[in-house]
Amino acid sequence: MDISFENVDYIYQPNSPFQFQALKNLSFEIKSGEFVAIVGHTGSGKSTVIQHLNGLLRPTHGKTKIGDFTLTSDHKPKDMKSLREQVGIVFQYPEHQLFEETVEKDISFGPANFGVATEQIKERVKTSIEAVGISTDLLNRSPFELSGGQMRRVAIAGVLAVEPKVLVLDEPTAGLDPKGRKEIMNMFYRLHKEKGLTTILVTHHMEDALKFSDKVIVLEKGTKYLEGSVQEVFSNQARLNKVQLDIPEILTVVKEINNRFGLSIDYQGQSLDELAVQVSVGLKGLKKHE
Amino acid sequence: MNSAFIIGQYIPGESFIHRLDPRTKISLIFFFVIFVFFANSVLSYALLTIFSFLVALSTKIKPSFIIKGLTPVWFLIIFTFTIHLIVTQEGEVLYRILGFPIYSGALIQGFSISLRFFLLILFTSLLTLTTTPIEITDAIESLLNPLKKIRLPVHELALMMSISLRFIPTLMQETDKISKAQASRGVDFRSGSLKSRVEAVIPLLVPLFISAFKRAEELAMAMEARGYRGGEGRTKLRELKIRKLDYLAMILFSLVIAGMFLLRK
Ligand SMILES: Nc1ncnc2c1ncn2[C@@H]1O[C@H](COP(=O)(O)OP(=O)(O)OP(=O)(O)O)[C@@H](O)[C@H]1O
Ligand SMILES: [Mg+2]
Repeated sequence: MDISFENVDYIYQPNSPFQFQALKNLSFEIKSGEFVAIVGHTGSGKSTVIQHLNGLLRPTHGKTKIGDFTLTSDHKPKDMKSLREQVGIVFQYPEHQLFEETVEKDISFGPANFGVATEQIKERVKTSIEAVGISTDLLNRSPFELSGGQMRRVAIAGVLAVEPKVLVLDEPTAGLDPKGRKEIMNMFYRLHKEKGLTTILVTHHMEDALKFSDKVIVLEKGTKYLEGSVQEVFSNQARLNKVQLDIPEILTVVKEINNRFGLSIDYQGQSLDELAVQVSVGLKGLKKHE
Repeated sequence: MNSAFIIGQYIPGESFIHRLDPRTKISLIFFFVIFVFFANSVLSYALLTIFSFLVALSTKIKPSFIIKGLTPVWFLIIFTFTIHLIVTQEGEVLYRILGFPIYSGALIQGFSISLRFFLLILFTSLLTLTTTPIEITDAIESLLNPLKKIRLPVHELALMMSISLRFIPTLMQETDKISKAQASRGVDFRSGSLKSRVEAVIPLLVPLFISAFKRAEELAMAMEARGYRGGEGRTKLRELKIRKLDYLAMILFSLVIAGMFLLRK
């Protein structure tokens, strides 16, 4: 589904002393099938943007379009449920939304609400729990007996079981150990590719933005600060530093190596081993010249 | 969060009213609540009304905000007024609506009761609008101190109150977050049959209770870790102090009340 924001303002608690404008004249487009990273300093409005994607919030001014659904301050689509079925959101700390007696029931909750047939739900529970890397033995356990990391995975499975076309992830790996983070991000990326999802990832990890996304949007104080391909955005170190962000460490390393040894290696998602080979080949080449 | 409802909400500010000692504010409001019931003539009501409006204005909070915030109370006031019109049968019949007699006594009584009610709510909401919850609990603890003699656990009660007040906004935020998460999973809180709407509350309440219990446990542990052992021998960070400003407010208030008694029938 194509997504677009047209001059969106969003004001929290309007006409009160607590009034706060969280989004200002924000416009951008996301094409169907893209993997987009939204980054920005804390409080820059990332979560606010995300809540517009399934109609939890509607713009105070301006317009949002998600597929065929158009939302403005005075127009909300009749079939909100269908919008929410197609746009799955994994919120920050999704484990806080668990409530059922068993893991299986909790994962079934979403699909059941959207009217999926019972046999099909069983099927989906199985595929989604396998996708998040949890053994099916846990299906009959209470979600509250699980570890924090397992709870997170169960909550994510609950969103995947709805089989959305657009997957929205609000810092899905915050507070996980490095291995868990890697596994979960790789899982999301695999799903993105396999199912042709449109994926929107909010993250503080520039590494993840670099590794997975086609496009990066940088927010600052509710406005769009930078937008472009990964290469474009991350070539702007000075501008990123200005808003308390930085380029991914790997890019700093490559840049430093190039500077120090007069090489011109281009980073295009190579693994560390491949980079090492490139560096050594480059260095040998230099020696021969001398 | 419900932005329209202001009772219990604090609006930061620097006004005269904001800077009064919370004990002064609570005591004066206590007396105001009593004395409102002594007003019985047009002039005495007028004096109290003007006084309340002046106090409200002096808080420098936008009047439109205060009025909007009292919306839920308007209904109660109009309701009281209507009940009086229907029930009271004193004085002469002024006119008839659809054959139903409206008595002059009913009009007067309905009006004065509604006005009283309005003044009470306005005045008490001015307290919470200009005083932080912490100040209010400190003041209550200090005002109730004499009751320690009869072994009332004043400190513990005040602590319970301040903790509850502290966590109201947190709970509201949490409610907002969880209801959004569940709405994204297809829960519809707004439509459907009564049964389905009641059922929709479960996915909201369970996580809320769990997080509230977790928070309580963490808070207890953190307090113990920092050496909390009850009120005995604990000193205060914020000392309450009655200043010139407070005496001034008391004198002004007494003058208004004296004026009100003079204007009584
Ligand atoms: N209910 C609310 N009422 C008033 N202001 C709010 C509300 N929710 C968020 N805000 C404000 O809106 C701004 C943007 O919030 P948002 O949650 O979108 O930030 P964020 O970019 O997701 O930050 P983080 O990285 O910390 O999650 C913040 O300054 C926040 O204080
Ligand atoms: Mg956020």
